[in-house]
Amino acid sequence: MSVTKGEPGARTRLAALLAPPLLWLILAYLGSLAVLLLSAFWTTDPFTSDVEHSFTADNFREILTDPVYRTVALRTLGIAVVVTLLDALLALPMAFFMAWVATGRLRRALLVAVLTPLWAGYLVKAYAWRVMLGEHGIVNAALAPLGLHGPGYGTTAVVIVLAYLWLPYMILPLHAALERLPAHHLEASADLGAGTLRTLRSVVAPAVRPALLAGSVFTFSLSLGDYLTVQIVGGRTQLLGNVIASQVTLDLPLAAALSAVPVVLVVCYLAAVRRAGALDSL
Amino acid sequence: MRNANPWKAAVAAGVLLLAVACGSGGGGTGGGGAAEQKSVGKGEGRVDLIAWAGYAEDGSNDPRADWVHPFEKQTGCKVNTKIAGTSDEMVSLMKTGQYDTVSASGDATLRLIAAGDVAPVNTRLVPNYRDVFSGLKMRPFNSKDGKMYGIPHGRGANLLMYRTDKVSPAPASWKAVFDGAPKYSGKVTAYDSPIYIADAALYLMKTRPSLGIKDPYALDRTQLDAAVALLKKQRQQIGEYWSDYQKEVTAFKGGDSVIGTTWQVIANTATAQKAPVKAVLPKEGATGWSDTWMVSAKAAHPNCAYKWLNWIVSPKVNAQVAEYFGEAPANARACRETADPHHCAVYHADDEAYYRRVHFWTTPVPQCLDGRKNVTCTDYAQWTRAWTEIKG
Repeated sequence: MSVTKGEPGARTRLAALLAPPLLWLILAYLGSLAVLLLSAFWTTDPFTSDVEHSFTADNFREILTDPVYRTVALRTLGIAVVVTLLDALLALPMAFFMAWVATGRLRRALLVAVLTPLWAGYLVKAYAWRVMLGEHGIVNAALAPLGLHGPGYGTTAVVIVLAYLWLPYMILPLHAALERLPAHHLEASADLGAGTLRTLRSVVAPAVRPALLAGSVFTFSLSLGDYLTVQIVGGRTQLLGNVIASQVTLDLPLAAALSAVPVVLVVCYLAAVRRAGALDSL
Repeated sequence: MRNANPWKAAVAAGVLLLAVACGSGGGGTGGGGAAEQKSVGKGEGRVDLIAWAGYAEDGSNDPRADWVHPFEKQTGCKVNTKIAGTSDEMVSLMKTGQYDTVSASGDATLRLIAAGDVAPVNTRLVPNYRDVFSGLKMRPFNSKDGKMYGIPHGRGANLLMYRTDKVSPAPASWKAVFDGAPKYSGKVTAYDSPIYIADAALYLMKTRPSLGIKDPYALDRTQLDAAVALLKKQRQQIGEYWSDYQKEVTAFKGGDSVIGTTWQVIANTATAQKAPVKAVLPKEGATGWSDTWMVSAKAAHPNCAYKWLNWIVSPKVNAQVAEYFGEAPANARACRETADPHHCAVYHADDEAYYRRVHFWTTPVPQCLDGRKNVTCTDYAQWTRAWTEIKG
């Protein structure tokens, strides 16, 4: 980004270049959010479901006082946290192996293996899991000789599928961070007498932490907003996304108020991550 | 790029939030008092329908079930079908104004009329209306102020379906999915819509007379609470709820669900796919539907919509739909066109006494539908909230 200041017209050109994306950002992204938030203060006709434009905070009061919404919000939050932890646990050794152990063709093959699932449709993958986790699916067939039974459809299935779906988003930043870590830093650490644990703690961990947090922003927020996976493998479970989706058809303002819940949660999470310094390297 | 941080954060937040915000389509306000059409002119070349699964078949599910292509050939109106899983979905889709006609059940029709989303139908422009059973004409759920708001399509009951290899003895009562549900724990299914509360109310009406339920759609607070308690208990045994009919077919086929509510068309589809299932009308009777094809007040293709209305209730097509979906046809002459000559007898097409056992879907309103004046009944908004609460 080196624009020579003296050149006439350079500023104008830069402005012209940036104006469309900024306009899009403000109008489409932030604008739609503002409309959504505004409609949360309206109400609906209970019979026709038509939106009535009279200002009230009843929707928010209902969300805060009705215990069912608290239960659903906590369940959603819990699943998002578990999915994030699971992905971190799975991605760390994988990224480590890809960056430092595997070389040449193997490394490329692994990278392709991590990336290809991203090309397949989300629904295809979720339905594949529905088939695998079903009563006569491959999971139950594999567990049967051990005398075990698969989790079936439910919260566990949701965690498994979400962790599977978002895993690449965790591996990729971790891999990039580990790859960037120069080998001579590790050598220097060893030369200075640090053991493996000390090196991991003092050299590797600080380099990996921002990537881990960046990856967790994806896994956490994507899990928080998901509702299709739950519909497909969730059995009788409902998450915030499902409650919002079912209210959208009947009570748009209540749905809008409900959708403020994940928004608040994600903003809090982003703020926490920002404090931890993971966004500095963006 | 260092100082671009706030923007980056904003973009990231925006992207994430948009994912959450998706699906908040704006609802137009009702225009009200749309006039009925005076004549049917030349087709506009296309018609957009909202239909129940199985109502607008083009042969892609079953090559023998195709009444869309012949319609397109005859009228030149290309058919675009949007399948809806629940009445609520139909109501909200109609509010977009992007569809010409909808196969609305009784729990959607009155809401659509009140919101001004649909126009009265000029039945003189639908020649086949003449042959519709008189028991279906000018009913409270399809007319207002002496004007028909659609063309009756057919009616039927919500049935109890079970896997014949997993459920024995064969159930004859809704008890199998309520008090008897623990026997099939984790494999019970139920329809995912607030209107399903009526199924529980119907069961309570027969099993707990002390509650005094006379009509499963007219519940006062105590009666609703009893139904909610029953459904909360049932939830412990539910494997999954369904509103997408394909999902229920696969669940029964794979054995993930073994007993629960269904439509005849789902039982037929599952049977065609070699799943050992059977659907029965339990002794308590059942909830059901009486469907009406309604025309949007903002229809972009009104002529094609009227042509479709006349087509779908024409004797031959009405017979085809009725047999494919598993319901009673609306057109009396359709009974002579069915492949199974006993179809109309089996589905009690003209048997008003039989249909008194079937409680057609209707929208619960504060003025009790069973005529009680001393209490206020719970309305659909309360049912919706209760449904969220039941699902926990």
